[in-house]
Amino acid sequence: MSNLKTIPKTALNEWVQRLRRRFRVVGPRPKNGQFVFAEIETAVEMALDYPTTCMPPKKYLFPPQETLLRYHLDGSHIQAVIETEPTVIFGIHTCDVQATRLFDQIFSQGFADQHYRARREDIYLISIECMAPCTEHAYCHDMGTSHLPEAADLHLTDVGQMYVVHVNTPKGESLLADTLAEPFTADWQPIYDRVIAKKMEAFEKRLDFEVTELKELLRDGYSSPLWQDVGDDCLVCGMCTQVCPTCVCFNMEDEADLTQTEGQRTRTWDSCQATTFALVAGGHNFREARMARQRHRFMRKGKYMHDAYGLLGCVGCGRCGSTCLVNITPIKVLNALYQEQHAEQIESDVPEMELSYEDVTARSAGVAVDLHAGACENNGRTHPH
Amino acid sequence: MPVPARITAVRTLTELEKLYTIELPYGLTLDHDPGQFVQVSLFGVGEAPISICSSPSRSNGLFELCVRNVGDLTSKMHALNVGDTLGIRGPFGRGFPMERFRGKDVVFIAGGLGLAPLRSVIYEAIDHREKYNRLVILYGARSPQEMLFRDEVNAFNWMDDVEMFSTVDRGDEKWRGHVGFVNSLLNQVHLNPHNTVAIVCGPPVMYQFIIDDLIRLGVAEHDIWLSFERHMKCGVGKCGHCQINHIYACLDGPSLSYTEIKNLEEAL
Repeated sequence: MSNLKTIPKTALNEWVQRLRRRFRVVGPRPKNGQFVFAEIETAVEMALDYPTTCMPPKKYLFPPQETLLRYHLDGSHIQAVIETEPTVIFGIHTCDVQATRLFDQIFSQGFADQHYRARREDIYLISIECMAPCTEHAYCHDMGTSHLPEAADLHLTDVGQMYVVHVNTPKGESLLADTLAEPFTADWQPIYDRVIAKKMEAFEKRLDFEVTELKELLRDGYSSPLWQDVGDDCLVCGMCTQVCPTCVCFNMEDEADLTQTEGQRTRTWDSCQATTFALVAGGHNFREARMARQRHRFMRKGKYMHDAYGLLGCVGCGRCGSTCLVNITPIKVLNALYQEQHAEQIESDVPEMELSYEDVTARSAGVAVDLHAGACENNGRTHPH
Repeated sequence: MPVPARITAVRTLTELEKLYTIELPYGLTLDHDPGQFVQVSLFGVGEAPISICSSPSRSNGLFELCVRNVGDLTSKMHALNVGDTLGIRGPFGRGFPMERFRGKDVVFIAGGLGLAPLRSVIYEAIDHREKYNRLVILYGARSPQEMLFRDEVNAFNWMDDVEMFSTVDRGDEKWRGHVGFVNSLLNQVHLNPHNTVAIVCGPPVMYQFIIDDLIRLGVAEHDIWLSFERHMKCGVGKCGHCQINHIYACLDGPSLSYTEIKNLEEAL
């Protein structure tokens, strides 16, 4: 249960200055008409009302390249390298916070990763409430990540002159200089509630189904001809995996230094979309087709990761959809998959449901048919009362 | 983190394969299950997963790796000699469930380099011979020159309680044995399908043929065990490379039963 406080916007700069004495502070900054997470020196450099960043702040938890080991080439002096720096990620959106939850699970479950764990301990998250969907591709609302005030160490909600602050963890508590934060009095509650209610109105449902149906949808849709279409479109640029806050696949490489006496092992981001990702030494490629690689990405995000870690591998941020050169977007793909299965379902249910042809085509086209809304919500498996 | 291990012996098996005996430092022992693998580091070069070729029952604190010279790392490994150091992480993955094979006729089916991982299981079974009923080894190589562990295969031939069958895809003027793919040996074995477990390891193309034949002979799907080779980086279920649909070959495998993978399109 979080403890609520308020902080005046006028105190933001002072707060950031105080944080900078103890931490590297990174936040959303405008760059070339877009936004990126980068180090900030003053609060005014941040655009806390940013829509989204090109890249998620994942790079601070899981750098694109990090050194894991240093050693002498003769096999002596093997040392683990822990690259970490106390960091506050200021203004992270809740979808990206959800992605860090998944990362925490991945790198703690089974063989714990000491490099990640150590770095994670040093990272403090201050999230901020989104007031409107950031892009047409975002479906955080469907994925249940658009409003998670208790997920980060601190969570800010812009209520005008002030931020309402959810203080969720001792780490978060330590970030709040007491002189700046003010109590959350009863007067604030209706104001906060109004802001959240207005926010909720701004987010519409973008998937044609409930997130609880996603795993089943993908399981049943594994052999759908749709994947061939997706694969045919894919240019194998790998951008979908580069911008994804939950993509975790990596490569490890060893290299010797110029003196040929010492060397190091580095870990770099990899992509399951790369042609050679599943290639073995004998030349056999277990995921050679573009279709198979795109399908694997969707299966992993929407099913496999949930099976393994209890959390979905997609947080609905929509970055992959925004960045894709050929417009492969999760909303489009998942809805098409749903409509494909749903259409089959409707056909088989037609006599009992007494649906007219117009109803069926309307629904297949994604147009809501109020009369049969109940059937829609139930994926067509049960009949309207 | 890898530990520095020392090569204590190198044996050339064929033009392409060498057998390394390896000793861990500080008196450490590998304590592996037959069918598991280790991650082998060449410092400054890289790391690769390699099946453990020796049986825990014959370890003496050492273990063996059979390495085919097929890529950058393995070609550099072939240049190593006795006394050289490499890094070892592991053992990783799930070995074969030997307890489930008790009282069964155990049929090993190895194609090419697939004999290397199975060698750890074969010796484990021979060294606990009383636990199993028949022990049958079917081994296929491309040519007589490419046969691995020829002396040991020969010794299996002479064992009273081991049935050894070999074949080559193409014979030469000296070869007097069977010619044909390894599945063609199945006809000679007269399996009792109701009491048979099959343990299969070989190149990817081999699996479907063998599985089809075994099922046609009446061997139960859960009694067909396979070892899966995959691209791996971490070996501990993080890097994503080895996934077979939702399964991590490094964690859930590399030893898996046919039942576990038969509905997975990416398995075979």
